[in-house]
Amino acid sequence: MTTQRVKFYQVGSFAVGNRLLDPEQRTIQSGPDRANALTSGHRACRGCGEALGARFVQDAAMRAAGGKLISVNATGCLEVFSTPFPETAWQVPWIHSLFGNAPSVASGVAAALRAKGDTRTRVLGQGGDGGTVDIGFASLSGMFERGDDVLFVCYDNGGYMNTGVQRSGATPPAARTATTPAVGPAPGNPFGQGKDAARIAVAHRIPYVATATVADLHDLEDKVTAAMELHGARYLHVLVPCPLGWGSDASETVKLARLAVETGLFPLYEAREGRIAAVTRLRRGPVPVEEYLRPQKRYRHLFEPERDEATLDRLQSIADANIDEYGLASEES
Amino acid sequence: MFETRIHGRGGQGVVTAAEMLSLAAFIEGRFAQAIPSFGSERTGAPVIAYCRIADFRLRTREPVSRPDALIIQDPTLRHVGGIFDGLPSGGYLLINSARPIEMLGIDAHLGHLHRSRVKALNAGQIARSHLGRPLPNTALLGGFAALTGQLALESVLEAIRQTFGGDVGEANVRAAAEAYRQVAAKSRDRRHA
Amino acid sequence: MREQIEGSQAVARTVASCRPDVVCAYPISPQTHIVEALAVLARTGKLGAAQFVNVESEMAALSVAIGASATGARTYTATASQGLLFMAEALYNAAGLGLPIVMTVANRAIGAPINIWNDHSDSISQRDSGWIQLYALDNQHAADLHPVAYRLAEEVSVPVMVCVDGFVLTHAVEPVDLAEPERVDAFLPPFRPRQVLDPADPVTIGAMVGPEAYTEVRYLAHTNAKRALERLPVLAADYAARVDRSVPAIADAYRAVGAETLVIAMGSVVGTLEDTVDELRGEGVGVGALGLVAFRPFPVDVIRAAVAGRERVVVLERAQPTGSTGVIGTEIRAAVPGGPPIHSVVAGLGGRPVTRASLKAVIEAANRGELPELSFMDLDTGLIEAAGSRP
Ligand SMILES: Cc1ncc(C[n+]2csc(CCOP(=O)(O)OP(=O)(O)O)c2C)c(N)n1
Ligand code: SF4
Ligand SMILES: [Mg+2]
Repeated sequence: MTTQRVKFYQVGSFAVGNRLLDPEQRTIQSGPDRANALTSGHRACRGCGEALGARFVQDAAMRAAGGKLISVNATGCLEVFSTPFPETAWQVPWIHSLFGNAPSVASGVAAALRAKGDTRTRVLGQGGDGGTVDIGFASLSGMFERGDDVLFVCYDNGGYMNTGVQRSGATPPAARTATTPAVGPAPGNPFGQGKDAARIAVAHRIPYVATATVADLHDLEDKVTAAMELHGARYLHVLVPCPLGWGSDASETVKLARLAVETGLFPLYEAREGRIAAVTRLRRGPVPVEEYLRPQKRYRHLFEPERDEATLDRLQSIADANIDEYGLASEES
Repeated sequence: MFETRIHGRGGQGVVTAAEMLSLAAFIEGRFAQAIPSFGSERTGAPVIAYCRIADFRLRTREPVSRPDALIIQDPTLRHVGGIFDGLPSGGYLLINSARPIEMLGIDAHLGHLHRSRVKALNAGQIARSHLGRPLPNTALLGGFAALTGQLALESVLEAIRQTFGGDVGEANVRAAAEAYRQVAAKSRDRRHA
Repeated sequence: MREQIEGSQAVARTVASCRPDVVCAYPISPQTHIVEALAVLARTGKLGAAQFVNVESEMAALSVAIGASATGARTYTATASQGLLFMAEALYNAAGLGLPIVMTVANRAIGAPINIWNDHSDSISQRDSGWIQLYALDNQHAADLHPVAYRLAEEVSVPVMVCVDGFVLTHAVEPVDLAEPERVDAFLPPFRPRQVLDPADPVTIGAMVGPEAYTEVRYLAHTNAKRALERLPVLAADYAARVDRSVPAIADAYRAVGAETLVIAMGSVVGTLEDTVDELRGEGVGVGALGLVAFRPFPVDVIRAAVAGRERVVVLERAQPTGSTGVIGTEIRAAVPGGPPIHSVVAGLGGRPVTRASLKAVIEAANRGELPELSFMDLDTGLIEAAGSRP
């Protein structure tokens, strides 16, 4: 499915104003049709990108599945903040089993549906970056490789947030975490490590892989819808800023997600059957990575006590390489 | 043994406050234990921590259920059920609030307490002026020292210094010292009144 | 030097004094503070040339430790709960290979229902894995057990778990005397592996053993465990003398002389128990406590001597083997056939605090002859009824 290019933004923020859109394109925060699969009252931090992302993913998937959806959740913030005893924020059949097995559990749910001849109920698996790209990776790869009918969504906040912000295989270079502290000769997370889970998913040649962020919820919803139109193993990698782990202001979540895209650090694309099929080009000339890094305390050591020019350059070149590799440069520039 | 229970919200430094109290007692050569009661809670969720101070080696590990002093870091918690539980008639209550104690609507919980042992301290305001952020915990520790007389102000300030260090430490020290003065002055006023 | 310090920090700094070559870990509450502290020590050069490896799962953590240990490195890791279970296959393997890895277990309950708080379900579930298990009574003890664990592990070629109550100890700030690194050095010589992967002298590690010898391998492991039990108090006493404080290694008795009722427990609840014993002794009740430190190998002789002549024994079980009675109680009963009645009290599961009041009530019930063989402390019968069951 294609998205219509909207050209007018609110001044400064580069957010598209809801009221400037056609009614059917507007984001509906609430309404009688909305499933509210992840409903209000849960215990996420204020400004939690994961809570925002999950809410839109779930509801878009519910819409696409005609309300017949089963969700499987890995251990992590989303699972913990949504189910404090004796409450639950889920208004969808939902199961949490373990940290590292969510894709397999989802495969099991899909197998049972097949066995029961239920061709309508759809399966959504979800987890954080740790649950997806680290401890659950073998399980995820197995699900891909078998082609099980599961949409798996990774909410990537770049670390093990639930346990107090430790490094994961999705932590970006130079970022400070509790296990990659900003001390010593090479502060923060090492360069040259970590994995690009979305590209590895593409390498499995599954029907659909896409990246998205919580900065553009329409795009996120569209990608969920596109994924749900297909069957087989599908994967969505969603960047979700975490104010606690990133040391950012709760009000900056959406802005930081947008900057991650606009700097080129987080390319948005869709891939089908192992090939990149669509790329979202930048709306304006690339924003220098510094604008994205500066508001986050996890990068403070790059600016204080002295500017770490060399590391900033290395980060900028990662963004530049992405812009080059994915052809992200804006039409306007 | 003197037992303190601290209530606040995730992000307000509740656990650090209990740790600093225990450190202050340690600096005075006494025995102390700080215990967090960790939930799987996120920023803004209610958090509790305990501190026991004694002149003998502490062995018990149970949470403090009959606190000699209660510190409430976030005034919005005052209506949370059970928060005043176990506070005995000789107990101390220190609450971070911009409003005087009479206006907090908690009289029902205070009936049995000595009026001189109950204080509202505008710790959020003190913190804002010294730290630029409304992080009330160190100011409340200064207030605690003045209110209970359990710890010398100097030990509390030293514990704060050791915890934060540098400029941040000094700013917190000023906040705690000012809180101490405010609470001590209030107590004097009352005595003269 | 005595410091007012968090348990996790005390453990991390003591581990650093043991000069590990490879530290690997995967985060899980409530172990995180230990490895985070080690990450800082590694980054700031306080671990020397040690490698700090952030891995992608607990299976990887223990597997890295296995590879490193087999290559002659002194290795350390730490975990808890789900993480320990995720290691299970590698746990048996490390023990079977005789690799002297030391691991801190920040004890925590097991899910489902997921629960991050303290009990002993995790380490107890791995009691047959071949690892030595030592349970820390307080943070001083937790710190001191680590050098002893390394010395023992390397001497008898068996991995050791040092079990430290999650949150209750790992996150508690209290005074701890940290041993000066020189004292640890004097006690703990550099690791001299029994076997090592080395091109100069190739060895095969991990070969298959069939029915003709598997039983014998297990038998030898069992006799080796017994040797560990003999060496443990000797080594602990050596270390204790060097740091000038006692380091209980098998069990720690408290006011047990002449006590008709003996309460046996493991871990940090022993402190609360000792306070309760004092209170009851003050009321003229003949009760004493035994803090069990070594659970694997199980110190049958020490238990036998401690239990002999008592009217009754109450065992605090911080893990519940569903469908059976308490784990520790069962082992004590087997150790002392025809001995006094043994009452297993399941207490403090999933972070439920064990209070002096509840301990007192249980001991008094035992003394009145009203405590069954298995009971659950502080059961919330209202909750059970609400779940549609009768308590
Ligand atoms: C086997 C196992 N190891 C470790 C843990 C502890 N654990 C729970 S959630 C979590 C981190 C979750 O990180 P991520 O998947 O990125 O989700 P986030 O909380 O960041 O959303 C960890 C380490 C566990 N539950 N099980
Ligand atoms: S720690 Fe981060 S991911 Fe977790 S609830 Fe808070 S903001 Fe969300
Ligand atoms: Mg994460």
